Amino acid sequence: MSEWLEICRLDDIPRLGARVVEHPDGNIAIFRTKDDRVFALDDRCPHKGGPLSQGIVFDHKVACPLHDWVIDLEKGEAVPPDEGCTHRHPVRVENGLVYLSLARASAAA
Amino acid sequence: MAKERLVLIGNGMAGVRTLEELLKLDPERYEITVFGAEPYPNYNRIMLSPVLAGEKTVDEIILNDRQWYEDNGITLHTGDPVVAIDRRRRVVRAESGLEAPYDRLLLATGSLPFIIPLPGADLQGVLGFRDIADVEAMLQAARQYEKAVVIGGGLLGLEAANGLMKQGMDVTVVHLLDTLMEKQLDPPAAALLKRSLEERGLKFRMPAQTTEIRGDGRVQAVAFADGTELPADLVVMAVGIRPNIELAQRAGIYCERGVVVNDTLQTFDPRVYAVGECVQHRGKTYGLVAPLFEQAKVCANHLAGLGYARYAGSVTSTKLKVTGIDLFSAGEFNEGEGDETLVLQDPARGMYKKLVVRDDRIKGAVLYGDTMDGSWYFQLMRDGADISDFRHTILFGQHDVGDAGHGDEKTRVMALPDDAEICGCNGVCKGEIVDAIVTKGLFTLEEVRAHTKASSSCGSCTGLVEALLASTVGEGYDASPKKKPLCGCTEYTHDEVRKAIVDHQLKSIPEVMRFMEWKTPDGCSKCRPALNFYLVVAWPGEYADDYRSRFINERVHANIQKDGTYSVVPRIFGGETSPAQLRAIAEIAEKWEVPTVKVTGGQRIDLLGVKKEQLPGIWGDLARAGFVSGHAYGKAIRTVKTCVGSEWCRFGTQDSTTMGIEIEKMTWGSWMPHKVKMAVSGCPRNCAEATIKDLGVVAVDSGWEIHVGGNGGIKVRVTDFLVKVETMEEVLEYTAAFLQLYREEAHYLERTAPWVERVGLHYIKERIVDDADNRKRLAERFLESQKYAQIDPWKERAEGADRHEFEPIRLIQGVA
Ligand SMILES: Cc1cc2nc3c(=O)[nH]c(=O)nc-3n(C[C@H](O)[C@H](O)[C@H](O)COP(=O)(O)OP(=O)(O)OC[C@H]3O[C@@H](n4cnc5c(N)ncnc54)[C@H](O)[C@@H]3O)c2cc1C
Ligand code: SF4
Ligand code: FES
Repeated sequence: MSEWLEICRLDDIPRLGARVVEHPDGNIAIFRTKDDRVFALDDRCPHKGGPLSQGIVFDHKVACPLHDWVIDLEKGEAVPPDEGCTHRHPVRVENGLVYLSLARASAAA
Repeated sequence: MAKERLVLIGNGMAGVRTLEELLKLDPERYEITVFGAEPYPNYNRIMLSPVLAGEKTVDEIILNDRQWYEDNGITLHTGDPVVAIDRRRRVVRAESGLEAPYDRLLLATGSLPFIIPLPGADLQGVLGFRDIADVEAMLQAARQYEKAVVIGGGLLGLEAANGLMKQGMDVTVVHLLDTLMEKQLDPPAAALLKRSLEERGLKFRMPAQTTEIRGDGRVQAVAFADGTELPADLVVMAVGIRPNIELAQRAGIYCERGVVVNDTLQTFDPRVYAVGECVQHRGKTYGLVAPLFEQAKVCANHLAGLGYARYAGSVTSTKLKVTGIDLFSAGEFNEGEGDETLVLQDPARGMYKKLVVRDDRIKGAVLYGDTMDGSWYFQLMRDGADISDFRHTILFGQHDVGDAGHGDEKTRVMALPDDAEICGCNGVCKGEIVDAIVTKGLFTLEEVRAHTKASSSCGSCTGLVEALLASTVGEGYDASPKKKPLCGCTEYTHDEVRKAIVDHQLKSIPEVMRFMEWKTPDGCSKCRPALNFYLVVAWPGEYADDYRSRFINERVHANIQKDGTYSVVPRIFGGETSPAQLRAIAEIAEKWEVPTVKVTGGQRIDLLGVKKEQLPGIWGDLARAGFVSGHAYGKAIRTVKTCVGSEWCRFGTQDSTTMGIEIEKMTWGSWMPHKVKMAVSGCPRNCAEATIKDLGVVAVDSGWEIHVGGNGGIKVRVTDFLVKVETMEEVLEYTAAFLQLYREEAHYLERTAPWVERVGLHYIKERIVDDADNRKRLAERFLESQKYAQIDPWKERAEGADRHEFEPIRLIQGVA
């Protein structure tokens, strides 16, 4: 029962960068990697809630700006030795447009 | 053609060292055969003392195990002494009857302990102190018996006595003279030594002449010239050594006290070479390893057919290896007529230092209690250096010359110049050790020993080597001075990457990664910011900053706070402001409802709690009011803190505020390896706390002192004094040069304090104080790069740069 929301053009997100989608239940970070994959995670680091959207993106990972935990964008999990995980949200890119589904987030809420 | 045959007689320290040196030069040249009288492969004889004291085991002191001989194709016969050399047939014969032919022969039979021919010297329980067998016999005796007498109060005797005492024996040292170690110590140092050995439980009988050893089968007592007697179950004779030349003499090789050799270590028979304690060179024989290792090097050079090295004799220095006692001696330590002596003594600390000086040159040294500077004095002595410039402080040590002298052993070693000798035994200098640590990525003492030989013989420089290791490898309190790959994405170190960027004209992050074969497609959060910085420094004006490789603070030009909001600090040059500026800040803070306004430690005003999307707006307002970014968020020039100085303060000697403003105007906007804080004080009262800054300027009557490398953070470090200058222009030039050197050579995320400790103040002085041209060039490069750096990032962004960074995406459709 996923409801896909069109959020922006792919080009609105800088490569190796992120944008933030504001949401009343907490912001969502949309990342774009070097190979143009797009990932969406809650914009909250599993460590102390750092805004992941502000981190440095590399490979399919992001390093949190507060204490440099590295979060795997595909799994939403912290890379060992750190432990923790952040909610992922389904995203897809079609014709240069980015769609986000909040189904899981609201189901979990 | 068959290989030439080389036979070594004597499997000891000098002989095997010669083989090692030879294998380095020409591993293929010879078929090598070694005969050793002892049943062991080559071991570190020096370490017999710690073995006796129970601090090391025999296994631990083996230098080359049997595998080593095998790996190098060397035939080894242990426990089989050579008994005859037939020089006509060029064959040696061993005790077992084994014969080995040679084309070249190397004699390294060492020496024998000198046993005084007293009545009873052949009783059981009378030993020398020379090899593993002696040590084992002593250990055996220590388990069975109680009383030991050591005859001889020299180096060897005291080490034997100390060891036996550690094994639980009741030990008396008998010495002919009233000064211990009279060949190495003057009477005051000898007295200190005696006292501290007595405190440890050793007894002395001196001056005393032994006349007889009494006993029935086994030793029972030692008798003296005055008719008295001392009970003894074990007697160790350590009164000296005699070159072991008997075999050579029988073969008709010319000997005097030792086997006579020329400057190429050749005996009178050109096919026969000799090294080590058995040798007499220019009338001298040696009993310490340092000269023998020098001989080994020269001898190997000739055996390899290179033929250019010459041995010209050695000057030696001595250390005693009794754990807990530091003692160093070199040269003519007893003053002669017309000599001056410099003495520093602190009886309470048990410290004594004496230098004998003639014509402003060191002739000899005795150090007791603090031997850290021994190698320095020894070097000055060997170089015949003129010490008149610093003789008033020379006794306080090298670290004290020209600097405030704070520091533990580590800072002191780091302050040593590269050519300072660290390991006297093997003649290894600081530079070689540091270089090996850096280029070979060494981490442990063992690795340093293996690669440089430093600390591998007598071990008394182990502390220094460890200190070098610690400071070179870093101790990881700040992110990066470690000698290791820049990060997990590469094998290369910071320095290698920087060098490649310049040498190969690499001008972008992908180019660097491709050229240096990065293991990851786009690096990580450690290497990308570092590469970005290195490129900014290498190609000013040309390299386009990759803001995706900057930490968030630098990307949005504000300091992220723990709740994800930001703080904004406008630049206030030199901390001097005006009512108009303050009013502007106040109005802006009110307009944007900034929750907290605070004066910072660096004399600036901090607006805290600003939301990201407000940033461009606030910045626009600040820019219109004439402010630029304070870079309080970046690895950049932060602030120049000043005091009011001579303008207002009754103590002020110079106008520190203006100086601070000028420095800040020149330097703001420059990216740095890490944050850089500066300060200027108007007099030595130092109200601006300049001596804990990365760069601090302190006014004095006659000009300005520049101090560098301070830090007021987790690990406080006081600055090092760099130089004193007279004019503002000079202060600016030195500041620019220092900052540029730091930008060009420090590792990313390395503050100036650990950087200065890593490379040494001496190095920095060399580059910017001693070398005026280099200083000017550095300063010019700094100013050149500033042309492209002093663009206000806030204004740019207020005008729309990187807008996407600041605006979130709002969902237009209704959200569930
Ligand atoms: C207890 C002790 C502590 C010392 N401490 C220090 C110190 O702190 N610093 C320092 O610099 N020096 C020190 N020395 C001195 C140092 O160990 C010697 O200078 C060094 O070992 C001499 O090397 P070499 O090769 O000439 O002789 P050795 O190392 O004695 O080697 C000679 C070898 O030749 C063998 N040999 C002799 N004749 C024959 C033969 N005919 N056939 C086969 N083999 C034969 C011997 O058995 C011996 O193994 C110390 C020595 C001792 C004993
Ligand atoms: S450092 Fe000296 S000149 Fe500056 S305020 Fe303090 S006392 Fe005055
Ligand atoms: S909050 Fe992300 S690493 Fe600490």
